[in-house]
Amino acid sequence: MSHSHDRDISVAALARVEGEGAMRVRIRDDHVEHVSLEIYEPPRFFEAMLRGRTYLEPPDITARICGICPVAYQLSAINAIEDALGVDAPPAIRVLRRLLYCAEWIESHVLHVFLLHAPDFLGYQSAIEMAADHHELVERGLRLRKLGNRLLEVVGGRAIHPINVRVGGFHRAPLVRELRELLPELAWALDAAQDTVRAVATFPFPELNQHHVYVALRPDRGVGGQADPGYPLEDGRVVASDGLDIPVQQWPRWFREDHVPHSTALHGRMVTGATYAVGPQARFALNADRLSPPAADLAAEVGLIAPERNPFRSILVRAVELVEALSEAQRLIEVYERPDEPAVAVEPREGVGHGVTEAPRGILYHRYAIDAQGLITDAVITPPTAQNQPAMEADLAGFVQRHVHLPDDELQWQSEQAIRNYDPCISCSTHFLTLEVDRG
Amino acid sequence: MSRPSLAVWKFASCDGCQLSLLSAEDELLTLAEEVHIAHFLEATREVAPGPYDVSLVEGSITTPADAERIRHVRSISGTLITIGACATAGGIQALRNLADVEAYTNLVYAHPEYVSTLAESTSIAQHVPVDFELRGCPVEVPQLLEVVSALLAGRKPVTPPHAVCLECKLRGAVCVMVAHGTPCLGPITQAGCGARCPAFNRGCYGCFGPMETPNTASLSDRLHDELGVDDDDLARLLRTFNADAPEFRAEARRRDSIAAAREEATT
Repeated sequence: MSHSHDRDISVAALARVEGEGAMRVRIRDDHVEHVSLEIYEPPRFFEAMLRGRTYLEPPDITARICGICPVAYQLSAINAIEDALGVDAPPAIRVLRRLLYCAEWIESHVLHVFLLHAPDFLGYQSAIEMAADHHELVERGLRLRKLGNRLLEVVGGRAIHPINVRVGGFHRAPLVRELRELLPELAWALDAAQDTVRAVATFPFPELNQHHVYVALRPDRGVGGQADPGYPLEDGRVVASDGLDIPVQQWPRWFREDHVPHSTALHGRMVTGATYAVGPQARFALNADRLSPPAADLAAEVGLIAPERNPFRSILVRAVELVEALSEAQRLIEVYERPDEPAVAVEPREGVGHGVTEAPRGILYHRYAIDAQGLITDAVITPPTAQNQPAMEADLAGFVQRHVHLPDDELQWQSEQAIRNYDPCISCSTHFLTLEVDRG
Repeated sequence: MSRPSLAVWKFASCDGCQLSLLSAEDELLTLAEEVHIAHFLEATREVAPGPYDVSLVEGSITTPADAERIRHVRSISGTLITIGACATAGGIQALRNLADVEAYTNLVYAHPEYVSTLAESTSIAQHVPVDFELRGCPVEVPQLLEVVSALLAGRKPVTPPHAVCLECKLRGAVCVMVAHGTPCLGPITQAGCGARCPAFNRGCYGCFGPMETPNTASLSDRLHDELGVDDDDLARLLRTFNADAPEFRAEARRRDSIAAAREEATT
């Protein structure tokens, strides 16, 4: 006669993620019965609020979806609007946009690698607690983050919700001197980031092997006088590990979003029904050949080979991407020539435009319909964390099943870690549901 | 003497204001020595039980559950400080307060029964007593540190009450309105950012909300009459991250009625 044994592992409020989410796992007789990542962050209805605003406003408005990756929102919005208006930004503006995006990757990846995720691997509740034993590591992270924020300020005018970004370009192009002043600190940072990759490679990684379809951008033209289109950041075609290769305008034909009861964020699926993942591992799987020499050499040195299928090793991919962002920022500053005009003139016209960029957490898709007066009649925003929710739940189920023998507290902590592998941005993921009114 | 305890709370928001605390790169570790960071989910798994000496509150109230939660937070907090435009004025999500709710509900495409939300996004002070409100979308790191330091020292935080205009003059920036005819909310917006936008050749868009007793009507009439900004664009300019701040809200409504009256006169 079997004796039924139930276990519930749950965390009511996940820590060290951006936003509010909970995690629940139900185990019966050593078998995972149910897992869910519950997102209860209040919906903010950005897509509804954008209707009736002008085509110049989405960069500032959608930045407010996320305080950690506002540049991603600004540039996906701009790509979509410029697509609708038929604008192709000149080379110097493309250099500045890519540089601004590097700055956001530096700021966001350092936040996640050092302050949000490393404490899991080293066994601390927080980076502040970790600093008592690993002072140099935490100080290095803070100094790297300060550089990312400084670069955001110089190009974007403000680190959180940059003020300098506009449809057509920028309000003010930075002086060559203002950017070159950052080169010595960037040289230090590149060394520091390389040491970080080596340190992260020694972390204890729980075993897990997942076979998601990976989806990432793949740029098709170089920026800053370079023929090689480089690693995906601010533009590119949409490619997937199942062979998909499409221009962004075909996105709605291949990707859909489902509304599930336990989440105020929609769940992303491919139209084939496949669970897919976006983010560092997807980018690395599909663009490892595009890494710059310092990042590619380092990946080889620490034995990181594409595709890397253990989600717990995403922190290592993120650290390699930090090297990539620093090295690319250095190159872009060196080739930057200040344009005579910081922006090209744009005129409204009726149309629909699509835009994608690689937010630090993965693909961020925007679509706008604009009328002849330049007013927005429809907006769709698909953030990376919403797309990753099914993959996160699949990882959680896979991980718990494989490690079901662990005691509850250990299983709980490592399950949280399985969610943090995706650096989920819950504030981002929860903004697009329409309104149900409860007047109490 | 034991260190004072600090708690950080999130309501409807983008995370940017609490992130500013982690962006105080040079001060973070010192701050963590001076105060006990007792509840700060963005930074740590460890949650010490309340009550807390100081609570920093980010975000606005948009759900029935959050309306309850803020009362609980107030009851376990000594000093309660709101950080940023969402907590202080309802944030960008307060645009729903002005919208025709019918129009929003018509956008339903999935399962609204899964979602619970209030008709309005409201500031923290509309629910519980607040001891200090820090402005900005987002807040500025030096101001955030000033507020925390002032509390530790038992004094009132020093934040400038004047308009962005004055900061612009102090930093020697060219007036974008006078020199380029660019519409700018600097004359009616509270200082604190150091006039970031005018320094980048851009008009202020009011992240810090209205200054004390702003002359909003005078500015908006001049933007309309002299710079040719139409009523709809003026209303949109005032309806962003501090749309529900009373002075901005009232002036935007006035532009709506002027536009409506003009339309009626022409038909």
